[in-house]
Amino acid sequence: MEQGELILKLRGVSKQFGAVTALKDIELDVHAGEVVALVGDNGAGKSTLVKTLAGVHQPTSGTIEWCGTPVTLDSPGTALALGIATVFQDLALCENLDVVANLFLGHELNRWALDEVEMEVRAWTLLQELAARIPSVREPIASLSGGQRQTVAIARSLLLDPKIIMLDEPTAALGVAQTAEVLNLIERVRERGHGVILISHNMEDVRAVADRIVVLRLGQNNGVFTAETSHQELVAAITGASENSVSRRMARKQGEVA
Amino acid sequence: MSGAQLDRADTRVRHDEGLSGALRAFFDRVRSGDLGMLPVFIGLLLITLVFSSLNPVFLAPNNLVNLLFDAAAIGLISLGVVCVLLLGEIDLSIGSMSGLSSALVGVLWVNSGLPMLLAILGAVLAGAAVGFVYGFLRNKFEMPSFVATLAGLLALLGLQLYLLGATGSINLPYTSPLVKFGQILIMPAWLSYLAAILPGALMVFSGLKTMKRRRDANLSSPGLSVLLARAGVLTVALIGCVAYLEQGRGVPYMFGVFTLFVVALDYALRRTQWGRSMFAVGGNAEAARRSGISVKRIRLSAFMLCSSLAALGGVFAASRLASASQQAGTGDVNLNAIAAAVIGGTSLFGGRGSAWSALLGIIVIQAISNGLTLLNLSSSLRYMITGGVLAIAVIVDSLARRSRASHGRA
Repeated sequence: MEQGELILKLRGVSKQFGAVTALKDIELDVHAGEVVALVGDNGAGKSTLVKTLAGVHQPTSGTIEWCGTPVTLDSPGTALALGIATVFQDLALCENLDVVANLFLGHELNRWALDEVEMEVRAWTLLQELAARIPSVREPIASLSGGQRQTVAIARSLLLDPKIIMLDEPTAALGVAQTAEVLNLIERVRERGHGVILISHNMEDVRAVADRIVVLRLGQNNGVFTAETSHQELVAAITGASENSVSRRMARKQGEVA
Repeated sequence: MSGAQLDRADTRVRHDEGLSGALRAFFDRVRSGDLGMLPVFIGLLLITLVFSSLNPVFLAPNNLVNLLFDAAAIGLISLGVVCVLLLGEIDLSIGSMSGLSSALVGVLWVNSGLPMLLAILGAVLAGAAVGFVYGFLRNKFEMPSFVATLAGLLALLGLQLYLLGATGSINLPYTSPLVKFGQILIMPAWLSYLAAILPGALMVFSGLKTMKRRRDANLSSPGLSVLLARAGVLTVALIGCVAYLEQGRGVPYMFGVFTLFVVALDYALRRTQWGRSMFAVGGNAEAARRSGISVKRIRLSAFMLCSSLAALGGVFAASRLASASQQAGTGDVNLNAIAAAVIGGTSLFGGRGSAWSALLGIIVIQAISNGLTLLNLSSSLRYMITGGVLAIAVIVDSLARRSRASHGRA
């Protein structure tokens, strides 16, 4: 498929936590209208990379280019202002505030006299677009289930019309219908010309929507694949060997059937 | 109305309509631990019953007028405490700050001959500077506000003693507007009644406007009956209070000014982006940071506001006593200001509270103090009883918090 302009370009990005190297020489490109899946085992550095791009962590070395110009993402505010929206794995919602307040947090309409009516209308519209099942937007977040909170977090990331949205395990807590809705949503976001970075352990979801699959292993790049790549190949890249616990288990199961 | 309203589409939610619905929602909230102002009203009722049966003077209009005079200064300090408590922080130096500020007014105005308003401004700015230091220490060195302000308590008290020097106290001139403001100035009756009617009228006016906007936007609204009932109850209660106080001297200007500050902070907390950010930082600072809120700036603003209000409270206290002394701001001022905020319903754990808790809380505290004084009880007993009341308030706060958690309310 034809590629849009290059929005985000990472070269040689490393992150050191004391003696631990969480990320080493990471390269990543994200174009407009493209879904890039970021996969890897636990501890591969996916969440660290996401937090670096969201401005939560600062990289130890390396360059980040945004639309061709080098940028420093020194705070979450900077990343948001550039147009990088993030749905964190831990969601980062304020439990004492209601859904509307959480959706608009930091970007309230009319800062000297909050426009609650307009915010509530927009909240309902957005949530309906996502086919969200939120009973009431005037209840505090504390009263919502895990999946409902996930939907609120995704809705919040879309509110500012970002250029890139990063989703860290967006479907982990969702039901079947909601997962399908989130995947639809990712495709809708791509059609609108946004870039999407999707992190997931669910290979089915990844293959369903990703244009490219970037594999991380122990904090380093370990190959770029497409949705056509076979399951075995992907697992091999993720675990670092074609002979791994997943393949051994599959072989054993096939042996039992035969 | 076209189709289902936006917020009425989900069938799992019970929709409370009209007056009975509003009442039912209220009882649900209370049962789940969202007590709001309820403990204050129950507390006030008990206090009134006990003290007026022991000494009928307690309920005499002029005694209540005095009570309001006394409440304004510490109430103002308590208003600042609400700001820091909302963030889950604390300021233990408010008493010393108020004492220092009264000393500053004495030195700058009486001793150095600066214009009175300039001296007051100087004292408030000193408060803002102290708050800036606390905020800086918290932001830059992650110094717990508990420790920073405990150090401040001692340092500011030292500065106050240093400023007052050997004489130990400065008398403010009795004929000055500041002392008149603190001791005799009473709002004219028409102004008091106007102030009693205005909130209800504004409530109906803005309520009708919101109702229309919500209906146009296809959202539900609580209904006219609820709005009118709330405004009606509020207006009748306020007019009743004013009429009762007018039997005596009337409503002190000092208390009116304090109430204005409460209204202003209430608006800022509920209806502006700054206020929303305050609640967000108090609820989940990391989430607030990731939403692009500058947590450090919010903290700084809260500490500065708290110390400035404490300084202004100190000026009020000085005008009430007509002097700036070494005793100003010591003793139970700290405890009373913090207790008032907590008793009024502002949580010590951050993220919950309102400006009104300062006003309601200080009336409870002041009523206890006033009642005990009328019974000729010594300050030793007063301290013990106020301490007990604070402990009860914190226990209620903790229990309500646990109940809210189990009912799925933050």
